[in-house]
Amino acid sequence: MPAFSFNDILLLATTLFSVGLAGVLVRRNMVFMLMSLDIMLNAAALVFVGAGARWHDATGQVMFVLILALAAVETAVGLAIILCLHAHGRPTLDADTGNLLRGWNHG
Amino acid sequence: MHALALLAASVTVVGAVMVITRRVAVHAVLYLVVTLLSLAVILVMQGASFAAMLEVIIYAGAIMVLFVFVIMMLNLGHPDSAREKEWLRPRAWCGPGLLAAIVCAELLYCMGTFSGPARPFAPITAHDVGLSLFGRYVLMVELASFLLLAGLVSAFHIGRNRVGGN
Amino acid sequence: MGEILLPLLILCPLAASMIVSVSAGRMGACAIGTVACTGVGISAVISIILSITLLSGPPAGVLQVTLWPWMHIAGFSADIAFMLDRVSMVMILVVTIVGLLIHVYAAGYMRDDPGIARFFGCMTLFVAAMLVLVLASDLLCLFIGWEGVGLCSYLLIGFWYNDPANTAAARKAFYMTRMGDVALLCGLLLLATATGSLRIGAVLAAVTNGQLAPSGVNLAALFILVGALAKSAQIPFQTWLPDAMAGPTPTSALIHAATMVTAGIYLIARLHDLFAMATPIMALTAILGTLTLLMGACTALVQSDLKRILAWSTISQLGYMFLALGCGVWQAALFHLMTHAFFKALLFLTAGAVIMRTGHEQDIFRLGGLRHAMPGLSAAFAVGASALAGLPLVTAGFYSKEMILSGVWHVHFGLTREWTLSGHPLWGIALLGAFLTALYIFRCVFIVFCGKKQGTSATGRTSRLMSIPLGCLCFLSLCGGVIEMPDTLPPLHLFSTLLDPKTPLSHADEPIWLVLAGALAPLAGLGVAWVLWGRATPVMHEIPGQAAIIRLARTGWGMDALYDRVFVQPFRLLTWLTHHDVLAHAITATGRLTQAVSGRIFQARTGFLDILSIWGSRGTGWMAYLLGQLDNGRVRWYAAWIAGGLCAGLAMAVLS
Repeated sequence: MPAFSFNDILLLATTLFSVGLAGVLVRRNMVFMLMSLDIMLNAAALVFVGAGARWHDATGQVMFVLILALAAVETAVGLAIILCLHAHGRPTLDADTGNLLRGWNHG
Repeated sequence: MHALALLAASVTVVGAVMVITRRVAVHAVLYLVVTLLSLAVILVMQGASFAAMLEVIIYAGAIMVLFVFVIMMLNLGHPDSAREKEWLRPRAWCGPGLLAAIVCAELLYCMGTFSGPARPFAPITAHDVGLSLFGRYVLMVELASFLLLAGLVSAFHIGRNRVGGN
Repeated sequence: MGEILLPLLILCPLAASMIVSVSAGRMGACAIGTVACTGVGISAVISIILSITLLSGPPAGVLQVTLWPWMHIAGFSADIAFMLDRVSMVMILVVTIVGLLIHVYAAGYMRDDPGIARFFGCMTLFVAAMLVLVLASDLLCLFIGWEGVGLCSYLLIGFWYNDPANTAAARKAFYMTRMGDVALLCGLLLLATATGSLRIGAVLAAVTNGQLAPSGVNLAALFILVGALAKSAQIPFQTWLPDAMAGPTPTSALIHAATMVTAGIYLIARLHDLFAMATPIMALTAILGTLTLLMGACTALVQSDLKRILAWSTISQLGYMFLALGCGVWQAALFHLMTHAFFKALLFLTAGAVIMRTGHEQDIFRLGGLRHAMPGLSAAFAVGASALAGLPLVTAGFYSKEMILSGVWHVHFGLTREWTLSGHPLWGIALLGAFLTALYIFRCVFIVFCGKKQGTSATGRTSRLMSIPLGCLCFLSLCGGVIEMPDTLPPLHLFSTLLDPKTPLSHADEPIWLVLAGALAPLAGLGVAWVLWGRATPVMHEIPGQAAIIRLARTGWGMDALYDRVFVQPFRLLTWLTHHDVLAHAITATGRLTQAVSGRIFQARTGFLDILSIWGSRGTGWMAYLLGQLDNGRVRWYAAWIAGGLCAGLAMAVLS
């Protein structure tokens, strides 16, 4: 008997997903937005693994591996962009200042 | 439900909440590591020990180290912490928080209709995952490798521009 | 032994490429040239050994090597596998031997260039990719080689990248061939879904067994034809090849004359069973080939740049090969491919030596009377020119062109039950093309090497390293054709029997005037060229540029301008529009306009309806303002909109 039923997993994943979503929407610091995105990705991955365990299918963990690859790429590129913006002399990591193409709003 | 399972689940959720409410980025990273580790515990309880291992090694290990490095290089100080406090006022909270709560409620309502007979518990080993990954889903592996390559190239490109900009 | 030699054949140039590229800046020019030539030389020796082994075996013998399985998924499998049969044997001999001669020449030609390591790295990589292309027994593996040669072509056209014109030419070649590659990939996917494998043998067997519907066969053949047309610079993709002459001359000789541009011909010859099932596509191939050969010859006649003349002549000769493929005589196409590789490499290399010794002067009207200054080069160029023109009996070009012409005469396309297409008009145009070929190439010979001495003077000597390959190519251009003769001469069919032992190509009922006409057309061209440009006081020193049609022909019939209008300018406009965020501007402008109108109306009248209209227009104005606020560039707002959409979608799902 598994410690969790699939319903519990769905409940937990939904909560995690909402917390991550709230983080993306609330935080203006881009580092925090990336971390919240990672929480959301983890919630999705958890559902896949839970479904895999529920129907005893390895596909769930295959999807987990792919999500892991996606998260790695997303984090690497996102952090590279943050570093790049920071090195270009942007004063803060505020995502809202990045609203202009070819340059940014220093206000 | 198992007491340990309950503990792991609550640590996960509390850790996630702490991540999104911290003012100092390093604290948030540490809480995220805690969240990921307890998520790994949950994965083990699901019989997915391989996924749990990957979660610990790659997520909590490699990706979080990336975060720590970047935060070190950004060199955030006291004014940033103060600014974060300024940004985390209830006025900024309520709208997005409401939206996220609505999404959460709707999702919970949707999945409330799910039910079905439980199967006997049987772990899925790395062997099964490997067979599936390099058998039926080998094209997905190729696609993932394309994605990683694209990520590598773009991260390199962005980083190089940064050097050129200075 | 063949199992080891076949991968080694590809590995040698690849290893040379790796060594040369990694050693950039650490090895002298001499050492780099030696390594590159050794790599290609070893593979030339291996290809000769393999050919002897293959020919001493049974007539239909094939050497198969599967290196490793690439992917096996449900319903489809692909291997990294190579296959040596008689078609690919001819190709590896041409690629490695002509490649070796050009590498030796290039070792002398590029000796003083600072980028020699990069140059030889790309050239040897090209040889390796070309060998992958011709040896692949799996179409997906062939595609790797196909893209590899395209990449090397791009790198070498833009070799002198300091000049923006060169990089533009490289990009143009890349884009044009990439369009064809997309079509080729579509064709391959079509075949893969229909047959479940891309092994050439399996695909052809499935097609000939009727596993594919006729429309499917036609569509796949059309896609593959488009890919081949783009690679071989045929109408409508011909514009990239003349610009590709921006690269170093050995590159033009190896990639843009002898081997890479013939990849399209090789592909269609390899899949000739598929094309034989698609009669309309065969007719299309023949017609496009005919048009291209005529157009290429006419354009070459009015060019004044030596390398561009040769480039247009390549396009025209490739047109002959496509004509032969379209008429089903793929053996003739491969034969012409081989002889063309010999004499066109010779012409390019000689032109390169001439250009090098006259201080990079490419305008034929500024060269002149070089016969005395460089007798050896003049003789080599004349040999190449006569082989290109196909002067009867003594040159290789004559026999291959004759084989194509007789094949075209006998062909008959049964497109539908009522409508058939005879090969006779195509034969007439091809004969006219042969006349024009002799005319334009001897125009070039007479203007450059005969006549009065012009301002440029020749300096220096051609080094031994460069003259030995020229001598070998001269020999091949003269004598490489006697292995296949028309039936009216001694009926010798070594080449076509070699390729296809079961059904040798023979036209015993061929009228003798057919061969005579093919022999006389180049002679007539030579005579007219002599009258116009050859005598001590030429009738015409330069074709007058005033006539509109000549000006048009000089620019390649305005195709570049046309493509610029039709494809490039609209795309530029699109990028400009997205760059300037026109949608947001339009929304804001609409809002401002309606607000302004409402203000005017308010000033003018105050009736009930007017107030209604005013508020209506104000409302639309505000709406426009709000819409404009939607794309404010703030990531968090976008995320919020996504979340809101998720909310709404879930709500609809829950409530319904």
